[in-house]
Amino acid sequence: MKVVSYSEYCLGCGLCRIHCAAGHDGYNGNILKAYKRGTPRPRADLIFHQDQSWLNTCQHCPDAPCVNACITGALQQYDRGVVYIDEEICVSCYTCIMVCPYGHIFPGEQAVLKCDLCRERPGQPACVAACPNGALRLVNEGETA
Amino acid sequence: MTMKMLTPAFAVQRDTERCIGCGVCINQCINEVHHMDEDGWMWVDEDRCVGCQRCGVLCPTHALSITEFPMQFRGNQYWSPSHIREIYAQAQTGGVLLTGMGNPRRYRCYFDHLLLNASQVTNPSIDPLREPMELTTYLGNKDVEVPDREKPQLKLKVPVMFAAMSYGAVSLNVQNSLAMAAREAGTMWNTGEGGLHADLREFAPHTIVQVASGRFGVNPDYLGAAAAVEIKIGQGAKPGIGGHLPGEKVTPDVARTRMIPTWSDAISPAPHHDIYSIEDLAQLVETLKVATRYTKPISVKVAAVHNIAAIASGIVRAGADIVVIDGFRGATGAAPLRIRDNTGIPIEVALAQVHQRLLDEGIRQRASLVASGGIRSSADVIKAIILGADAVYIGTAALIALGCHMCQCCFTGRCNWGIATTDARLSKRLNPRLGAEMAANLLQAWAHEIKEMMGGMGINSVDSLRGNRLMLRGVGLERHELELLGVLAAGE
Amino acid sequence: MLRREGEIRIPSGCAIAGIINRQGERFDGSAIIASIANMHQRSNGLGGGFAAYGIYQEYKDYFALHIYYDDETARQLTENYLNQNFRIVVNEMLPLRPLRRIVDAPLIWRYFVTPREEKLMVSHLSEDDFIFKAVMWINDCVRGAFVASSGKNMGAFKGVGYPEDIGEFFRLEEYHAYLWTAHGRFPTNTPGWWGGAHPFTLLNWSVVHNGEISSYSTNRRFLEMYGYRCSLQTDTEVIAYTFDFLMRKQQLTLEETLDVIAAPFWTTIQKEAQARLRRQYGALLLNGPFSIIVATDHGLVAVNDRIKLRPLVAATRGSYLYVASEESAIRVVAPVVEKVWTPGGGEPVVGLLKDKEGLIAMPDQQSRSA
Repeated sequence: MKVVSYSEYCLGCGLCRIHCAAGHDGYNGNILKAYKRGTPRPRADLIFHQDQSWLNTCQHCPDAPCVNACITGALQQYDRGVVYIDEEICVSCYTCIMVCPYGHIFPGEQAVLKCDLCRERPGQPACVAACPNGALRLVNEGETA
Repeated sequence: MTMKMLTPAFAVQRDTERCIGCGVCINQCINEVHHMDEDGWMWVDEDRCVGCQRCGVLCPTHALSITEFPMQFRGNQYWSPSHIREIYAQAQTGGVLLTGMGNPRRYRCYFDHLLLNASQVTNPSIDPLREPMELTTYLGNKDVEVPDREKPQLKLKVPVMFAAMSYGAVSLNVQNSLAMAAREAGTMWNTGEGGLHADLREFAPHTIVQVASGRFGVNPDYLGAAAAVEIKIGQGAKPGIGGHLPGEKVTPDVARTRMIPTWSDAISPAPHHDIYSIEDLAQLVETLKVATRYTKPISVKVAAVHNIAAIASGIVRAGADIVVIDGFRGATGAAPLRIRDNTGIPIEVALAQVHQRLLDEGIRQRASLVASGGIRSSADVIKAIILGADAVYIGTAALIALGCHMCQCCFTGRCNWGIATTDARLSKRLNPRLGAEMAANLLQAWAHEIKEMMGGMGINSVDSLRGNRLMLRGVGLERHELELLGVLAAGE
Repeated sequence: MLRREGEIRIPSGCAIAGIINRQGERFDGSAIIASIANMHQRSNGLGGGFAAYGIYQEYKDYFALHIYYDDETARQLTENYLNQNFRIVVNEMLPLRPLRRIVDAPLIWRYFVTPREEKLMVSHLSEDDFIFKAVMWINDCVRGAFVASSGKNMGAFKGVGYPEDIGEFFRLEEYHAYLWTAHGRFPTNTPGWWGGAHPFTLLNWSVVHNGEISSYSTNRRFLEMYGYRCSLQTDTEVIAYTFDFLMRKQQLTLEETLDVIAAPFWTTIQKEAQARLRRQYGALLLNGPFSIIVATDHGLVAVNDRIKLRPLVAATRGSYLYVASEESAIRVVAPVVEKVWTPGGGEPVVGLLKDKEGLIAMPDQQSRSA
């Protein structure tokens, strides 16, 4: 499973990033709390190129290079190919950041930051739910993007 | 440069307690109202705000609210703020005022003075969840001259169609959304006068193509790729006025579809220059019938003007299979403001009069009647049908379903909701997959509501509603208005 | 002030009954009176009436006009008009039996007429259309005159009162008909007008009707387009005109006519011809709850609205066919029957004279009633 971004309908508004940050680190989707009182840490980035934009987020690759490269075993691939990070084990060595071919893993202080498809959130991942134009979709591996 | 006399029309209020500086408002406003300076302070340029509310709707913390600018002109019952504003604007520019959408002024709305009937005791109401309730409608000439030789008919599963909006006036994504929704709901969408884009050919069985005074994109292929052909004589927002799609909207894609040079102004003359009278219309109707081998109904759309009953009668006698009457509330992508706000007559009265006139002349069977212009809800639909319509067109309601916030700036091409624009950055703001879903949902919801209301009246086929004026009563109307509408007063 | 029926539309509930001898053997009115009287509680004394076919054997080639007059002026105006346009062979008061329970009866006259040939010729109309126009004219233009029936060898007898009293008042036991229909009325208003009672007739058509046509205004406007003047503002009038329009003017068969007035649903339409009829005559779909008995000199057809919102029962015994709102009304005159059934919504019960079967295409009654 992964979140796929459709640049032809991406508005570049950035709501996906904002909801991503507020959906993690215990903010429970409270944007004001994340941005006014806390330290928002989005797990994905919005890329702009010419007139196009899209959300750059973990593709949960089959045979993921980051999982192979992880020196502590903090990154593991689970059911349906989803790559999760165990923040307790991660030592922030950044090896995964180096090997990720897309730049989908971001540096963090205690542990690296990466998309976990909002595993604690009921329903769709926060970015998909927040996209006002249906430009993000959660798809299964092998499904046409 | 003369002195600027105007305060902004809208005030943009930002709650700094809530603003997180995320920049959504900045990147969503094509009018560049919002900006952030190098110190991270948010500023607004309210003079540029058109009140489309895109920023306020998308703001993730609801930190923005767009209101009317608090400073108003000194109160005057006669010189309204809009009069004063418009004079200032004209004093600055020396030009004709342009606007978009339909007539917003306070004229009497007859729909709001008509109430529906319901069954009590003497006959049973019908529960649409348990009994069949039929909305299927056929449009076309029902007069069978040769036995077993029926004239071409247009089948609608719900008597609501999407009104003509041309590619150029609206984006391709809008047309795509409406075409998909029309297919889903079993009704029709209308190309408007801007030709039929190659990508939308697949929707042919649900497409009405328009032939207007500019004849953009009209060729045998175009006529062949439709379920019906509509001749547009006029529209309710600007009766007697042609169209003008500014050159900057004529992108290569629009140009190809309209069959005109790229970036050139697309001008639709005020009249068809081959129709200066009713007999000329008859010739065009016949020409189109021949061109389509008598397989498609030919529709004629006119604005509701003063002698509409006689005009409609003439149109039917000229051979039209469908007559579309567009009331003075009908919307447009661009019209001179004075024309839009001061021309035409209400659709309710026009419809009642046309239906009765066609009956009186014994020719109502020869054409179907479609009402358009300001249909806001399923209640308006059902009232229009009771006043005599076979079906209605919705334009504004469909666009609102797609996100339109009625800022009336369609003519600028800078539609923040990605609807009335051909700018690729803006038009991608409407994802046709979502647009189609919302438009189809709207039709489904209205169909359910119409069935509920019909069931309440004890009627299980929309056929039995058409012209069934006993199902309406007027409230707060004068005697002559009741007579024009052909309805009794409440209590009678 | 209460307005008279004809000035205002009044919904009503009702009882209906009909008996036909399909061999054409004639029988007197006592059976039909007994049948409708048994449904006394379905009417409220504000209207009752009968139609009888085969009663004027002696004058069967003449149009029998039953005309109700409010006053002598109306009669003179009407008779002037009739004299100009028709040859009148009989001009008499209808024989009546005064009853205490029947009050405010109008002047009731009977004429046997035939159109004057020279008038008919210049009118370019058929005999039927000539009569049709005359009836429309009298009902529409002569204040206080109303044509209660206008067919050949048939007559309508109707008024304000319970139907059994109306039957006695008109001395129906003295008439012999092969086909009788009857009606007891329960209007939701007090019309007190004799013309408003059922059956409603036009030429040889007669209609008795229980229910309300919710599509009245739609049907009426459509019929008006073809010269029908709905002077009574009753649903029944609209039904009679609908049959006249579809069968006489449009030359539709009975089956086709029924496919128009109680059209099958779009989802159940099987034949393209049915769909075509629905498209063409959608405005003549009779919508709302009703059961009706439509009769002509050929026989009768009884039918419900398409979702059966009103009662209707039918039974056969020998060459007799009975239809009524309630089975009890049949059993009271025919305690033993061969078959009794409740037709479904939109399923017609057709009873035609044996020698007329070929004249009107007949629905497959066996399969429908099985």
